[in-house]
Amino acid sequence: MPEPILEVRGLVKHYPLTRGIVLRKQVGAVKAVDGVDFHLHRGETLGIVGESGCGKSTVAKMLVNLEKPTAGEIRYKGEDITRLSGKALKSVRRNIQMVFQDPYTSLNPRMTVGDIIGEAYDIHPEVAPKGDRRGRVQDLLDVVGLNPEYINRYPHQFSGGQRQRIGIARGLALRPEIIVADEPVSALDVSVQAQVINLMGRLQDEFDLSYIFIAHDLSIVRHISDRVGVMYLGRIVETGRDAEIYDHPTHPYTQALLSAVPVPDPEAREHRERIILAGDVPSPTNIPSGCRFRTRCWKAQERCALEVPALAVPAVFRTGSDPAAHDSACHFAQEPVRPV
Amino acid sequence: MLLELRDLHVEFRTRDGVAKAVDGVSYGVDAGETLAVLGESGSGKSVTAQAVMGILDSPPGRVTAGEVLFEGRDLLKLKEEERRKIRGAEMAMIFQDALSSLNPVLTVGDQLGEMFVVHRGMSKKDARSKAVELMDRVRIPAARERVRQYPHQFSGGMRQRIMIAMAMALEPKLIIADEPTTALDVTVQAQVMDLLAELQRELHMGLILITHDLGVVADVADKIAVMYAGRTVEKAPVHDLYKSPAHPYTRGLLDSVPRLDQKGRELYAIRGLPPSTTSVPPGCAFHPRCPLAQDVCRTDAPALHRVDEHRVSACHFWRESLDA
Repeated sequence: MPEPILEVRGLVKHYPLTRGIVLRKQVGAVKAVDGVDFHLHRGETLGIVGESGCGKSTVAKMLVNLEKPTAGEIRYKGEDITRLSGKALKSVRRNIQMVFQDPYTSLNPRMTVGDIIGEAYDIHPEVAPKGDRRGRVQDLLDVVGLNPEYINRYPHQFSGGQRQRIGIARGLALRPEIIVADEPVSALDVSVQAQVINLMGRLQDEFDLSYIFIAHDLSIVRHISDRVGVMYLGRIVETGRDAEIYDHPTHPYTQALLSAVPVPDPEAREHRERIILAGDVPSPTNIPSGCRFRTRCWKAQERCALEVPALAVPAVFRTGSDPAAHDSACHFAQEPVRPV
Repeated sequence: MLLELRDLHVEFRTRDGVAKAVDGVSYGVDAGETLAVLGESGSGKSVTAQAVMGILDSPPGRVTAGEVLFEGRDLLKLKEEERRKIRGAEMAMIFQDALSSLNPVLTVGDQLGEMFVVHRGMSKKDARSKAVELMDRVRIPAARERVRQYPHQFSGGMRQRIMIAMAMALEPKLIIADEPTTALDVTVQAQVMDLLAELQRELHMGLILITHDLGVVADVADKIAVMYAGRTVEKAPVHDLYKSPAHPYTRGLLDSVPRLDQKGRELYAIRGLPPSTTSVPPGCAFHPRCPLAQDVCRTDAPALHRVDEHRVSACHFWRESLDA
């Protein structure tokens, strides 16, 4: 297998909680991301799913260098970019771009579409020489399915779906290799969501892009992803190819998450086995010992409070090519008795 | 019929002209029944609910025509004083965003108790114990202690439970839930929908569930009204609608949802965008986006055609849509 284009090892982000103004002392930490590993190959889409507060957006911000990790490595083509600065960092950042969730607040209302998309060329003039920029921006508008004549319009003149296309065009402006998309369609209506998802699929083929696709909507993630990582409270608890995760989940959290997704088919409602989790996600300032899911897990036993389960192929599945044989951080990993 | 809307029209006067937010909506719900109102943003589904509850911002909003029959009485003809007595006691609403719907400077106990003080004339002390009872009922742990807490001290799912408790407080006959779980995570959404369904069964209430989520609808609804550009375009029992939609918009919506059990490369997408309420296309409002559109659709607004005993569709070509 070729070397991955992006590799993340032991990524951690803790936000310190302090008390006192003059004599500031640290009294704890919000452990937003608490040891995350994954890799991404060229042309591949890695979906990251999880509920609010699981740290998926913080991971995205660290990948594009909007947040500095507390610990861990982010290797882009083998080079740890968390240690870079100056010119070297700038050239790496060109290759990893982001598409944000909210197309209403992520576009500056006082800039024209042309300025929003073309701004990247001020920072990286090597990509497009001055005289060429307007043409480039118009090409990009065309690529994302907007009329190139709209270049002088302002964001408020567009609908939500069109704004998200502008956000995507901005992400593409520097011809990046990796796009980190944080909930790119969750603010859009169903009929418009499908348009944007199809656009992202098409662009991936056209520009040979690799995606990190972060979302809470499991059906959309499955649709677009080659591999999926499920996050809970700052860690990836299960990861594998999309069919492994969706058809053969072995972590109880993944199973509960999948069973909670409403299926748009009324015939299914009588036959479906639903797992309803008790309670809420614990606070990331006070993470349970051992397995962090144990406080909501119906399988939890004494061992779960003492030992942190490693994210690895569970021993029971290590023989043969069972689709259940993928990384799962659970002491009692097991396929659901009935298919979810 | 517990609640019946007949050809409701609501307009907003804006700088850009008159916005016909609701342009002829009819639907009804019986006691113990769940009606899902499905539509995208701007389809008028929430404005309709506000008109039913009598909490429409007016001005700029104004009900210009139609009837809202609640147990046979037209609510639109009642005085504000009379409507206020019905609101909360006979029909109640659950809003999407519990954090901004609850008062941040009052404890949840005060807000729950207020229902009993205002509508039932209870003392503050009795109202407080009623509040604890309600919180127990919606399964908020440690209700006795938490009754003194403020909304920000609760998680999103717990806040939505408080909203439900508040709506249930006086055991109304009808509950309108406007996107009650949209702001919640899936695992919490499942908890909240379960709770809502259970309480509905217990109290034999009519429930109008306003949502854009086709999955939630399939899980809980008995029947569905689909709205587009301020009009009801299809009404059907839930099984029929998912099996064979009689309106091309409904079909488009169903086809554009990625499903867990069906992975394909390209999703079906309805082309174009929903119209703005100030410039709804003539004829059938959906015609610019419709794969079945013909000349007649550009000029004549379709009437509600009867598909069978229980279904109607506002499409000239509903037969073709059924077969598509």
